[in-house]
Amino acid sequence: MGTHVELEDAGVSLGGQTILRDLTLSVGAAEVLGIAGPNGSGKTTLLRLLATLTAPAEGTGRVLGAALGTSEVYGIRREIGLVGHIPTVVGELTLRENLDHATRLFGADTARIERALQVVGLAEAADRKVEQSSYGMLRRIEAARLLITRPRLLLLDEAFSGLDVDAQQLIDALISRTTESGGAVVMVSHDAAHLADRAGRVMAIAAGRLELAA
Amino acid sequence: MTFWDQAIEISRVDLRVERRMGDVLRIILPFAVIALLVFPLALGVDLSAITELGPAVFWAIGVLFGMQVALRQAADDRPERRDLYALLGVDPAARFVGRTMSGSVLTVGFMIALLVATFVLYSPRLPSGWPGPVILAVLLTAVGLTELGTLAGEVTAGLRSRTLLASLIVAPLAIPLVIGGSQTLESLTRDTSILPWLLLLVATDLALAVAGVALARPLEEASR
Repeated sequence: MGTHVELEDAGVSLGGQTILRDLTLSVGAAEVLGIAGPNGSGKTTLLRLLATLTAPAEGTGRVLGAALGTSEVYGIRREIGLVGHIPTVVGELTLRENLDHATRLFGADTARIERALQVVGLAEAADRKVEQSSYGMLRRIEAARLLITRPRLLLLDEAFSGLDVDAQQLIDALISRTTESGGAVVMVSHDAAHLADRAGRVMAIAAGRLELAA
Repeated sequence: MTFWDQAIEISRVDLRVERRMGDVLRIILPFAVIALLVFPLALGVDLSAITELGPAVFWAIGVLFGMQVALRQAADDRPERRDLYALLGVDPAARFVGRTMSGSVLTVGFMIALLVATFVLYSPRLPSGWPGPVILAVLLTAVGLTELGTLAGEVTAGLRSRTLLASLIVAPLAIPLVIGGSQTLESLTRDTSILPWLLLLVATDLALAVAGVALARPLEEASR
């Protein structure tokens, strides 16, 4: 169990510009942390740092025990689930093919695909091409992927935006499932109300700095 | 999932996407055949010159448009998909190998189709026993071009003018492939040994494969 995320005075620069600075943060097992902030405040960059897809330019950090900015992160990336604000799918494939592709690459049992499609309510629509699918359906297929990969650290970037109540409940179920199995969740949103309902602790981010939300 | 399982899965999906998009069959191949047609029109009715120039035109058009086939995958390689692959635990070297495998299938198919079109349009005089060595040279050239295209796609990933930069990288580095491919046929015609040219192609392919696999991880990390 222990601490899943630890940042100590971490900062991130992109293209010579400092996006995040002096980030000190700790997220424990079974914890849900919400981070609220306006557009452009650095929320997405922070999630990419925690997903190990961006290295800190200053300070230190550990995610699932791996030191950020080192080759240690290659070993733990499989245990991180990231839901970005753009659904990640291959446009020319059907929803089922997208899930099948991810499942095979992850090395999971493909027999779990049908069950995951049923859970997210896509069993009937799974053979639709991505271009024929709604935004909500793409979000559901991402949720199905996370049901199969079962991440220990779930990172949600504006994950509730544009979703109907059923799809929002699905994301809530993913959060519960992650924390119940000892994982941690970090979610960012410009909508503090979404976070207050779901997170045990909410922080605010503004101009690249974190502070405890009022 | 093993390295090769990942490479094969990526290759399988790339080919499925190409089958649905049809970029190579519907766009690049027809334009390449049109380019083959333009040369005889420029030469007028001098049939002996047309027959003589056939193989050289094939290699020029083949490499030029073959580069477009090889670079095609780099153009639709979105950052979100690269991130997803990283978080699914895909080895960047397996991604390079997988994309090279699917790209090679397409480039080989493209060049064989172009070779057939060259025969129809130019009726080149070729020495007996040409099919084996020429097809081998086409195969090795196509694989090398694809490796180069995939590598150039990785080097330029995340850059704004990616397609242009990738072409600029591929063009000069493809010279050994052009020389090896064209000189194999030339040596057959002159009845000299083709071995040095085939070895040049094999050495280039191997060097590009080693570079692609060794640089896959650092290039992927640098692209973020």
